[in-house]
Amino acid sequence: MKRVVITGAGTINALGHDVPSTLTAMREGVCGIGPLELRDVERLSIQIGGQVCGFEAEGRYNRQQMTLYDRFTQFTLAAAKEAIDQSGIIFSGELAAKSGVVLGTAGGGVSTWDDNYRSVYEDGKNRVHPFVVPKLMNNAAASHVSMEHNLKGPSFTVSTACASSNHAMAQAFSMVRSGMAPAMITGGSESMLCFGGVKAWEGLRVMSRDACRPFSANRNGMVQGEGAGVFVFEEYEHARARGAQILCEVAGFAMSSDASDIVMPSKNGASRAMAGALSDAGINRDEVGYINAHGTGTAANDKTECAAVADVFGPHADKLMISSTKSMHGHLIGGTGAVELLACIMALRDGVIAPTIGYEEPDPECALDVVPNEAREAKVKVAISNAFAFGGMNAVLALRAA
Amino acid sequence: MSIKDKVIAIIAEQAVLEPSDISVDSSLEELGIDSLGLVESIFSIEEEFDITVPFNANEPQASDFDISTVASIISGIERLQAEQG
Repeated sequence: MKRVVITGAGTINALGHDVPSTLTAMREGVCGIGPLELRDVERLSIQIGGQVCGFEAEGRYNRQQMTLYDRFTQFTLAAAKEAIDQSGIIFSGELAAKSGVVLGTAGGGVSTWDDNYRSVYEDGKNRVHPFVVPKLMNNAAASHVSMEHNLKGPSFTVSTACASSNHAMAQAFSMVRSGMAPAMITGGSESMLCFGGVKAWEGLRVMSRDACRPFSANRNGMVQGEGAGVFVFEEYEHARARGAQILCEVAGFAMSSDASDIVMPSKNGASRAMAGALSDAGINRDEVGYINAHGTGTAANDKTECAAVADVFGPHADKLMISSTKSMHGHLIGGTGAVELLACIMALRDGVIAPTIGYEEPDPECALDVVPNEAREAKVKVAISNAFAFGGMNAVLALRAA
Repeated sequence: MSIKDKVIAIIAEQAVLEPSDISVDSSLEELGIDSLGLVESIFSIEEEFDITVPFNANEPQASDFDISTVASIISGIERLQAEQG
């Protein structure tokens, strides 16, 4: 079994267009959620989101690329470039042949579906652009990353709703740990903030109209976000041999399936995933200093997640810190675990715990240290990152300080 | 703009060339337009001239819309406009 480290990180999300600006915003407890700006927003009953602002694809990508890159692909490519540049890894020869890209997304090219359905249904057009299919397919982002960076090894896309990027990173981790690949590009991306993408979520009646307030007694639902997080997972000796900067170590993971309900979370499924990740990583529960919660801000998730944490950690649950950065960047659905992994890296590397902002009233069912409203300095050796998806599919990653 | 000028503008955009670099005798292949570029050119032609071009990328020869040169495309458009107009 090989050790696996992270040697590069990239992101774009409502808090920033790169990792440094995102971490600064997390540290300062900035709220990236605001009024949505999109076509027909006045016909939506939910009009807020964690939208990426000031990201102009024009100028960044050429005309031919624009015809092939949905917004979720554009986000992915920007984040992948930042991660690979930071890592300094160059894929050529045998390294290129064995290294691949595994990314998560729940919806893929949602705005491409939306725009073209609008065109044929609402505008009555009978013809769509020839590249609609390669633009909207869920693996488009992974494919373009592979082409851009010469990644010729195992490459695919994982789609498990809100756990997509955690499942993707777990796969990439397994491949590096087993020796199958010396390095993998991994993470996830989502771009659902278009009329159809928000309208679909409205239907479930789980969305907040004003703010995402995880663990707060007055929480009233989730808020969608958008963006991408991408990382370079690299075999430890390979990284060390080339003198790469190590951001943290990925120590283990576990996946579980609730096998019970298509939307309601399960304490048992969540507990099994967290306990499984610790066991896989060989980590004692009292070593865990920080949990990046799934923390969606819905009534059901937050109390179930806190109960699961109490179950797994016993008395230590009252000593560790748990926060949900979705309060700041919104819920990036299939990309959310990737952006949230940044909060774990900040905890392990910088000793800064990202807060749960918007926290107003304690909830006895969420009676843990949720790092309310303000970031905190703390030395943390082990962090875990939770993702519990609709469909009852859970994936938890365990990370250690470098 | 004449049909010829419009077609040359579409082809030039696909080939990333200036319209002045393209003659009616140029073949799409020698202009460096690949199969995706060809499909996109046909889409642009359909949009520009409001016609439907019978073309299947699996059997490009089966269509009587001749795509071998700029000139053959122009005459194909003229014929389709007459038929479909």
